Amino acid sequence: MRHHPQKMPPAMWLITAIVTLFMLTPMLLSVMAGLVENYGQGLSSGLTTRWLVEVWAGYGNTVVVSLLLAAVCVGVTLLLGVPCAYALARSRSRWAHHFEELLTLPVAVPGLASALALLLAYGSVAHFRQSFAFILVGHVVFTLPFMVRMVGSALRRKELVALEEAARSLGASFTQRFLGILIPAVLPSIVAACLMVFTLSMGEFNLTWMLHTPLTRTLPVGLADSYASMRIEVGSAYTLIFLIVILPVMWVLQAMGHFIEKHYGK
Amino acid sequence: MSLILSSAARARVLLLALSAPAVAFFAAFWLLPASMLIALPAGQGWRTYFATLTDPLYVQSLLQTLGLSAATTLATLVIGAVMGLSLARNRFAGRGLLLSLLTLPLSFPGVIIGFFIILLGGRQGTLANLSVALGGERLTFAYGLLGLFLGYLYFSLPRAIAAYTAAAQSLDPHLEEATRSLGGNAWSVARDVWWPQLMPTTMACGAIVFATAVGAFGTAFTLSSKFEVLPITIYNEFTNYANFALAASLSITLGLITWFVLWLARRLAGPAAVGI
Amino acid sequence: MENKSVGITISQCAKTYADGTRGLHPTDLTIAPGEVLALLGPSGCGKTTLLRIIAGLETPDAGSRIMFGTSDVTHIPIEKRQVGMVFQHYALFPQMTVQANIGYGLRIRGASADEQRRVVGELVDLVRLNGLENKRPAELSGGQRQRVALARAVASRPRVLLLDEPLTALDAKLKEQLRDELAELLRQLRITAVHVTHDQREALAIADRMAVMQAGRILQVGNGESLYRQPAHPFVATFLGRVNQIERSAGHAARNQLELGGVTQACPDHCAGATQLLVRPEDVEIHGMDYPGSVPATIARRVFLGDHLQLTIKVAGHQALLADVSRDHPAQAGDQVGVFIAPHQWMPNRADL
Repeated sequence: MRHHPQKMPPAMWLITAIVTLFMLTPMLLSVMAGLVENYGQGLSSGLTTRWLVEVWAGYGNTVVVSLLLAAVCVGVTLLLGVPCAYALARSRSRWAHHFEELLTLPVAVPGLASALALLLAYGSVAHFRQSFAFILVGHVVFTLPFMVRMVGSALRRKELVALEEAARSLGASFTQRFLGILIPAVLPSIVAACLMVFTLSMGEFNLTWMLHTPLTRTLPVGLADSYASMRIEVGSAYTLIFLIVILPVMWVLQAMGHFIEKHYGK
Repeated sequence: MSLILSSAARARVLLLALSAPAVAFFAAFWLLPASMLIALPAGQGWRTYFATLTDPLYVQSLLQTLGLSAATTLATLVIGAVMGLSLARNRFAGRGLLLSLLTLPLSFPGVIIGFFIILLGGRQGTLANLSVALGGERLTFAYGLLGLFLGYLYFSLPRAIAAYTAAAQSLDPHLEEATRSLGGNAWSVARDVWWPQLMPTTMACGAIVFATAVGAFGTAFTLSSKFEVLPITIYNEFTNYANFALAASLSITLGLITWFVLWLARRLAGPAAVGI
Repeated sequence: MENKSVGITISQCAKTYADGTRGLHPTDLTIAPGEVLALLGPSGCGKTTLLRIIAGLETPDAGSRIMFGTSDVTHIPIEKRQVGMVFQHYALFPQMTVQANIGYGLRIRGASADEQRRVVGELVDLVRLNGLENKRPAELSGGQRQRVALARAVASRPRVLLLDEPLTALDAKLKEQLRDELAELLRQLRITAVHVTHDQREALAIADRMAVMQAGRILQVGNGESLYRQPAHPFVATFLGRVNQIERSAGHAARNQLELGGVTQACPDHCAGATQLLVRPEDVEIHGMDYPGSVPATIARRVFLGDHLQLTIKVAGHQALLADVSRDHPAQAGDQVGVFIAPHQWMPNRADL
C-alpha cells in the first residue's frame, strides 16, 4: 500500500500533540520524582537513590511475590488452558460453545464481584484464605479466558486442521500430533498468550485488593499502600520499580514471540 | 471383556478429558462462588436485589458511574479516532516508540493512574506549582470530578489508540480517492468514508471502554474522590459495614451491566473485534 | 518401489450432516488394485466428502461399508487405515525439513534410522527434489511443495493413495506441467489412487477411469473416452467438454427425425425418443452452401482463440450453435454457409429417455 503524506487538518495534529503530552508527562514526572532528593524542589535538589533503597527495604518482597505469582499463573493457565483450548476448538457440540461463553464471564464482570464471590465461597477455609494460593486462584480465573481464546483461535485455523489430518493419515496418535505438530505450530500464539497472562497478573488490582491479607501482598497492593501513606518520592520510586520490572519482561517475551514467528515461518 | 468404542466416541471422550481440568477449576472457583453470590441477597429478602434501583444512595452512585463512564467513552472514542488516524497515516521517526509508549498504560494497575493524576493535579502537582509560579492560587483538580474523569480517560485512551491505529491502517485508500475524485472535501471523506469503515472498531472499542470504566476500582480508590462510583460503594459496604448481602446485590447489578454491554458489542461487531 | 495396493469397494456409502443436509447419497463404487480413479464434479457435488469417507476422516451413515481388498475398514480410524493423503494446500509440517516431512510416517511407526534414510532417499530421487532435503516448506515453490506432499504420502507404503484437488492451488501454466508429472508418477508407483478434482482436463490426463458426480450422486463411471463420446446424462456431457443442445418436437422425437434450418433429416437409432439432442462444437462442420446434406446458416460471430476458431452459427428455427473449426478456416462473420453434422455424432439427452 502506497503511503503518501495525507492532508490532515491542523486541529487533528493539535489534539494528537496535547494528548501525547498528557499521556507521557506523568510517566516522566514519576520517574523524575523517584530519583530526586526532594520533589517539592524538583531537579535542583539533586538526584539520589535513597527512595529506591527505602522502597526496596519496605516493599521489596512484593516485587518477588508478584513476579512469582505471575509466573505460576502462566504455568497454571498453560496446563489448564491449552488442552481445554484444543478440546473447544475441535468439539462440534453446542456445550463447548456455551462453556466458552461462560469462561469469559470473569473478564466481562468487574474483578470486585469475582473477588466477593470467592470470599463468600472460601473465606471460611482459613488456611486457603490466608495463603497466596487464594490470590493465585483469583488471577487464574481472570486470565484463563485469555489463554483459552488466544490459543483456541490459532488452533481453529484451517491450515492447522489440515496439518492434524495429515499427521493422522500418517499414523500419528493423539499425543504424537499434539506435542509434535500442533504445539510447535501454535507456539507464537502460546507465547503471546503467556505475555498477556503475565502482564495481566502483574497489574491485577481489583481482585487482588479484596483477596489480600497483610501477609499476602502483591506489587499493586503495595503501591496502593504507599500512595496512601507515604511521601510522593516513595510512591514515585515504587512506581519506577514497577516500570523497571515490567518493561524488560514484556520486551523479552515480545522478542521471543517475534523470533519464534520468524524461525517457524508463517 | 473390553469396552469397544467407535472412533467417534473415543474422540469425544478424549476431548472431554482434555477440557476436564479447566472445567473443574472454573466450576470450583468461579461458577460455584458466583452462584452463591447471586443467591446471597435472597437471604435478606428478594427486594435486596433491587437495592440499586430503590435506595436513593445507590441510585445516585449507579447513575454517577454510568454518567462518568459514558462521558469517558465518548471522549475516548473521539480522541482515539483522531489519534489513530493521525498515527496510521504518517510515518515519522520514532513512531513505533511513541505507539508503544502510548499503549504502555494498558499494563498498569488503576492505582498508578490515580497516582499520576495526583502528580499532575494534586497539592504538589504540576498545575499547582505552575499556578503558584504564575502568581495565582494553588490550583488542584485531582480530588474532584475533573481529576477522576482525567484518570478514567488516561486508562481508556491506550486501548482506543491501539484499536484505531490498527483499524486506520487497514482503511481502503481507494474509497477515499474515489470520494475525492467525485468532488468530496475533507468533511465528506470523514463522514462518508472514515465513519462507516471505522464503525465496527468504534462499537467494539466503545463497549470495552465503557465496561472497563464501569467496573474500574483502583483509580477511584487512590483518588478518594467525593464523587462516588459504584465499585467504591460496593467496597465500602463490604469492608466498612460488613454488609455482604448488599455488596453482593450491588455487584450483581454491576456485573449484569458490564456483561450486557460486552455481549451487545460481540453481537454487533463480532468477537474478534472485541478482543476476547 | 514395491507396494501392496489393494482394490477399494464402496457399498451404500452415504453422509448426512448434523443439520440434515445430505452430503452424499447412498453410493456404490469399485476401484481395481493399481487403478487411478478421478472423482470429478463441481464444488458441493460430494466428491470431497466421498474421499474423506474413504480416508476415514468422516464417518459415513449407518449401513455404509468400505472394503480395502478383503478387509472391512468402515470402523477403522484413519490412523490405522494405512492410507496416504495429499491435501489441497499440502499441509506440510512447517517447522520440519523436507526430509523430516517425508520421513514422518516412518518415524511415527518406529522404523529404524537406516530404513528412514533409505526410503526418504529413494523418494527424493523419485520426485526429483535432490538438493532440497534440508529446506523448510516456506522456502519451497508451489510445485516443490506438492512433490514433498506426494512423497510424504507414499513413504510408508500405503494401501491406497488419496489426492484432494492436488493441483488446484497452482497457477495455470504450472498446473499443466505438474499434471503430466503427476500422471507419470502415479503410473510408476502403480498404487490404487482416488483423485478429486473439478478440472476435467486434469481428470482426463491423470486418471484411468472417472466418476462424474453431481449433488451427492455419481452420475456415470467410465474411462475418459467413453464418458466423452457416450455421456449418459446431459450434465456429464456439459461437464466434460462443451455441448450444443437442440430441442425437437414430440412428433419429431417419435419419428426420430430432426428439423434444422428447414431441412429434415433422420437421426441414428440411439437417439430414438429423446426430445433433446446434443452435439459437440468440434463435430459441427462448416462448408460452402452447396455441400451435400448441409443446412443453410449464417455466421453470427467469429472468435480467434489461438489454436482454433470458435464460430457462433445462426440456424433458422433454433438457438445459436457453437462450432469449433481449425484456425485456418476461411469463414468470416456474416458469411452464408452450409452446416453439416455427421448423423452418428448426435447424442440423445438420456435423462428423458
